[in-house]
Amino acid sequence: MGEKQILSGNEAVARGCFEAGCRVATAYPGTPSSEILENIAARYKGDIEAQWAGNEKVATEIALGASMGGARSLAAMKHVGVNVAADPIFTAAYTGVTGGFVVVSADDPGLHSSQNEQDNRHYAPHAKLIMLEPSDSSECREYVMGAFELSERFDTPILFRMTTRVCHSKSIVETEDKRDIPITPYEKRTDKFTMLPVNAKKRHKIREEFLVKAEEYANDCPYNVVYENEGAATGIITSGVSYQYSREVFGDKASYLKLGLTYPLPRRLIKEFASKYEKLYVIEENDPYLENAVRALGFDPVGKDRIPILYELDAQIVRESLTGESAAEGYKANATAPPRPPVMCAGCPHRGFFYTISKKTDKIVPCGDIGCYTLGASPPFFGMDSTICMGSGLSTIIGLAKALRMQGDGRKALGMLGDSTFFHTGINSLIDVAVSGANVIAVILDNSITAMTGHQQNPGSGRNIYGESVPSVDVVSVARAVGIADERIRIVDPLDLESMSSAIDDGVAAEGPFVVVTRRPCVLIREVAKEFAGRYCEIDAEKCVGCKMCMKIACPAIAFRGGKAEVFDRTNCTACGLCAQMCKFEAIAAKGV
Amino acid sequence: MKEFKGVHSILLVGVGGQGTILISKILSAGFMQRGYDVKMSEIHGMSQRGGSVTTQIRYGDKVYSPTIGLGEADVVIAFEKAEALRALPCLKKGGILITDDHEIYPMPVLTGAAEYPTDALERIAETGLKPIVVKAAEKAAALGNPRAQNIVLLGALVTAWNLDDIAWETLIEEYVPAKALDVNLKAFAAGRAL
Repeated sequence: MGEKQILSGNEAVARGCFEAGCRVATAYPGTPSSEILENIAARYKGDIEAQWAGNEKVATEIALGASMGGARSLAAMKHVGVNVAADPIFTAAYTGVTGGFVVVSADDPGLHSSQNEQDNRHYAPHAKLIMLEPSDSSECREYVMGAFELSERFDTPILFRMTTRVCHSKSIVETEDKRDIPITPYEKRTDKFTMLPVNAKKRHKIREEFLVKAEEYANDCPYNVVYENEGAATGIITSGVSYQYSREVFGDKASYLKLGLTYPLPRRLIKEFASKYEKLYVIEENDPYLENAVRALGFDPVGKDRIPILYELDAQIVRESLTGESAAEGYKANATAPPRPPVMCAGCPHRGFFYTISKKTDKIVPCGDIGCYTLGASPPFFGMDSTICMGSGLSTIIGLAKALRMQGDGRKALGMLGDSTFFHTGINSLIDVAVSGANVIAVILDNSITAMTGHQQNPGSGRNIYGESVPSVDVVSVARAVGIADERIRIVDPLDLESMSSAIDDGVAAEGPFVVVTRRPCVLIREVAKEFAGRYCEIDAEKCVGCKMCMKIACPAIAFRGGKAEVFDRTNCTACGLCAQMCKFEAIAAKGV
Repeated sequence: MKEFKGVHSILLVGVGGQGTILISKILSAGFMQRGYDVKMSEIHGMSQRGGSVTTQIRYGDKVYSPTIGLGEADVVIAFEKAEALRALPCLKKGGILITDDHEIYPMPVLTGAAEYPTDALERIAETGLKPIVVKAAEKAAALGNPRAQNIVLLGALVTAWNLDDIAWETLIEEYVPAKALDVNLKAFAAGRAL
């Protein structure tokens, strides 16, 4: 009871789920949301059944099913995942819930690890969902607990909107014991859950009525709070982590309307607050979501005219935008730090694939996808001309192939994605490749894990979130099942450059769909890492002529010093042997046991 | 520990995989035990793959912003020399820089597209700042576990920033795996002595 812990926002959401009697939790991993389900699985096994879903739509539907069945449930995803899940989310707003149902949207202002910085607050009015926005870890716990109650009270899924800084910042949380929330017995309710037009029409009306009640509640609820400071001439309307930045900058010199329930917006409360202050600021990250609402009420606040719409905010940006006061002066040395971009790990199996295709740019046009392999877009490989969203690697090529043919460009469209991305939505793309007979090469880079987001299990891993053995789905069998004939499929070890190269050549020579599956597990998988522990490659300085061929694979364990190449990082070198294959002078050999 | 009003900010910088997150966990737990409000911010995801990483810790009577701006860090702890250089504009005038002289070459340097600033410490000293240079990686390797570099730096921070009224050894015991405890306690002592 009443124990203080330092938790990240994600850990606090997991904790809140546990305390609030949530029973089913699902997610598809995506930064910055992944640790929510990982923590639920690691800490609350037995209380909450956790399950990775193949994609966010499936996750949402699993959680909705649990809610229909009377269990409190949660589905977590990153912002772009909500796009994938939008279909069930919009209709779940009509059906409502039985057990409380929460959808976490973890947005990524600043694109720390994302392909866009869409502001998912817009989903709440669009889908007609009540939205909660915590501003720190303590609120993450408290709000998610409240979210289950609000969900049941207003018969609606709750959009629980977090951002990277809320998800990944840690602060003090006071935890309590788990509450005893009984499961609601399942009852057949076709009027509520069978969304035929006749039922959906009625449910839409009910939704609108509930939203009116929800706004009344929002005007007078513990999530929307006024902090008045005596004598303050400035009023600030803000939500989420922007509240923390605002408070950091203006302290007691302003009054605050801190909004935690941000849809439906509490218009009466906003009017009352806004009319009291000469100067009104709306401080929020990305889009003018709150500002537009404040303007619609007839006020003229300072907002996006001064505060950037791009990227994430911090206290300094808020200060500079609104007070004109520039940043404190730090130290400045007369030297520059070289850029340090993220790179593929030493031993990464993707490296062999990217080196191979970098030599064939006259024959292929490569399209990428979302995962560790997106690092292959960087120099020296420049291995993808496009990256859009999960699954797009195998579908954009269908259209691109048509356009290339129409302009007489003889190059072949090559799409690539990883195993997890393949199971996410790439399967659908491959089906269309097969049935449309597209003249493309579809490459599935199978490393047996969802690597970029921190090694979550996927349908091909053979393990579930608890590490238990479960049936696994085989990529090659799926390719066969959707109609790709065996002679059009190559299975290769991407670190065997000769086989890798001939597989791509076969794909280029073939007419119609061609599938290449590269198979080698990620080197960071613990059991895999054990296999090569203590092994490394060594470059014989006598034999090294300094031709730099081994540098072309951009391995972070190899450096070029004093005219010679050298494996300087033996700890991270896995003796994968790719550099040895590059060397024409047999100067590189694997060492260790 | 010196008493203060307001908020202190500590910035940890390094390269993905160097263990910046573990010592920031230990630090925040220590500050919480000592009765301070604490916030810590870190970024996961792309940055883990050998990119630059930063962890920000702020503690005091009441902390709002979880992040540290330019010229606002009281202490910068750099796990790598070039990262010390990169983080310099965040260090407050009169603040403390604790840095390892360890070098990890980023990909543009390995491929010859950029130069590594081998003279980073000299260039830093020219600014009038006297960095506390700790050979933490070297020390940890000599103790038998290169990964204990972070705990050597923790020890150096505790001495340099006068944080000795917190039971850090107990926290280290709580946060490092049992089999690595001995080497980490030695690493901490080594850092304290530097």
